[in-house]
Amino acid sequence: MKVVKQESGPEDADDKGDMPRADDGYVPSQRRLDRELYKRARARRATGIAALSTLVTAAVLYLVVVNAPGWPRTKETFFSAEYAREAFPKVLEGLWLNVRLLLVCGVAVLVLGMLIAVARTLRGPVFFPLRALAAAYTDFFRGLPLIINLMIVVLGVPALRLQGVTVDPVLLGGTALTLTYSAYVAEVFRAGIESVHPSQRAAARSLGLTNRQALRHVVLPQAVRRQVPPLLNDLVSLQKDTGLVSIGGAIDAVRAADIIVGRSLNYTPYIVAGLVFVALTIPMTRLTDWVTARMDRQRAQGGTI
Amino acid sequence: MSDAPVLRMESVRKTFGGSVVLRDVDLEVAPHTVTALIGASGSGKSTLLRCANLLEDIDDGAIWLDGEEITDPRVDQDAVRRRIGVVFQAYNLFPHMTVLDNITLAPRRVHGVGRAEAEQRARELLDRLGLAAKADAYPDRLSGGQQQRVAIVRALAVRPRLLLLDEITAALDPELVGEVLTVVRDLKDEGMTMVLATHEMGFARDVADQVCFLDGGVVLERGTAEEIFGDPQQERTQRFLRRIVEAGRL
Repeated sequence: MKVVKQESGPEDADDKGDMPRADDGYVPSQRRLDRELYKRARARRATGIAALSTLVTAAVLYLVVVNAPGWPRTKETFFSAEYAREAFPKVLEGLWLNVRLLLVCGVAVLVLGMLIAVARTLRGPVFFPLRALAAAYTDFFRGLPLIINLMIVVLGVPALRLQGVTVDPVLLGGTALTLTYSAYVAEVFRAGIESVHPSQRAAARSLGLTNRQALRHVVLPQAVRRQVPPLLNDLVSLQKDTGLVSIGGAIDAVRAADIIVGRSLNYTPYIVAGLVFVALTIPMTRLTDWVTARMDRQRAQGGTI
Repeated sequence: MSDAPVLRMESVRKTFGGSVVLRDVDLEVAPHTVTALIGASGSGKSTLLRCANLLEDIDDGAIWLDGEEITDPRVDQDAVRRRIGVVFQAYNLFPHMTVLDNITLAPRRVHGVGRAEAEQRARELLDRLGLAAKADAYPDRLSGGQQQRVAIVRALAVRPRLLLLDEITAALDPELVGEVLTVVRDLKDEGMTMVLATHEMGFARDVADQVCFLDGGVVLERGTAEEIFGDPQQERTQRFLRRIVEAGRL
């Protein structure tokens, strides 16, 4: 038992070809065809089971809800088609405010959160006041209930009657949201920064990069990438909480629904507003899933498990 | 070599994207023998081991473990992996567990061994490999050689039928290579069936019953250690070994 196999491909230059090309006249064996046939059948069976299971679950849920004793009344007050039609355009109109708030606050939160996180990870005694301030900020605003924060800012600031300070509930509400959420996001960023292995910083510093350059070019890119899912989580949460600016009187999607509910005592507009928010979130979640999956694929070393 | 092979591969093909990483690979590993896979980086040695452990799906061909075709999509892949131990180049110890927990994880969670029994066996193995004092340490506290020996103990703790060693000394300092290779030699003496991908040619020559030279995803030449190292037939094998000798590695 000695020499076994002679490669059939072009043989001349031996050092060029680490990776042979795929066009090597390969013909799938019967074994492979059978295996793939079986795998396809198994995939079909799995899809069938999933569909059946979904159908049964949906049917059970439907029957439970529809047979509940209070269903006719609930249906009337929460799922009225008539009120839904009336509320939908108004809610959409209000939603535009939520979207604008989300965009502006989202950017502000990311920038402020990053600055605070970096401030907290600064080394050196000179930076102690900055570190302490950043720590105090996150401690305070993470603990303070958002609704109280909003009330203080939206109702309290105008009460001061300061010259030149806005009394616009949207601006003030946005400020309050930014204060609270940048504290959350700062912690997310900080966790990301600290999760990057110290050897990465060591490698960067030993290349002669300054602490700041190491942070900027090596640590932060890895930290941010890792923290994309929790960041998205906070952004989705922020998106919903933009609805809270309505306590100052700004007419957003929630407030628009509120007005109709107050007039009609039918709660359908709330349901409409709720569904509109959900519809807004889903594409964002899918987008991030796609982005993270693509990042993972680029870095993956292969493997099926 | 009259016994039925522990591991058998037939016409195994594996591609990543457009590139063929393994092509028509045949391999037979008899019980209680050591097979060494040699060849340049990227020749497919690691991929071959990963395929044998079902960490990679092969495109074509078939693999048998103790006569059972493990590439059949109907087999329970976890059950197959339970019978195969793997030691990786980068150790892959779990950093959040002590050495003892690393070793007893699979016996306790997968094989249903009681804590006391699993720990006793783990300590016996650690003791044999000169690591008794490290049982309660965390992997990051150990040297590379110690970590790799712990990884070997972890693979052995489930009494595998077959042990796959993927360039287990490649990440080690030269003075630590010896302590790991000694362990492998001892395992061979105890009759463990092993397949190892290695760049340690001297070691492969000493320990291997069968040597396979891979080149571009093909097993270009195979034979006993004397045949491959003493009288290679293929021009590429000769060139590869010549370069190794020139580099002072053999």
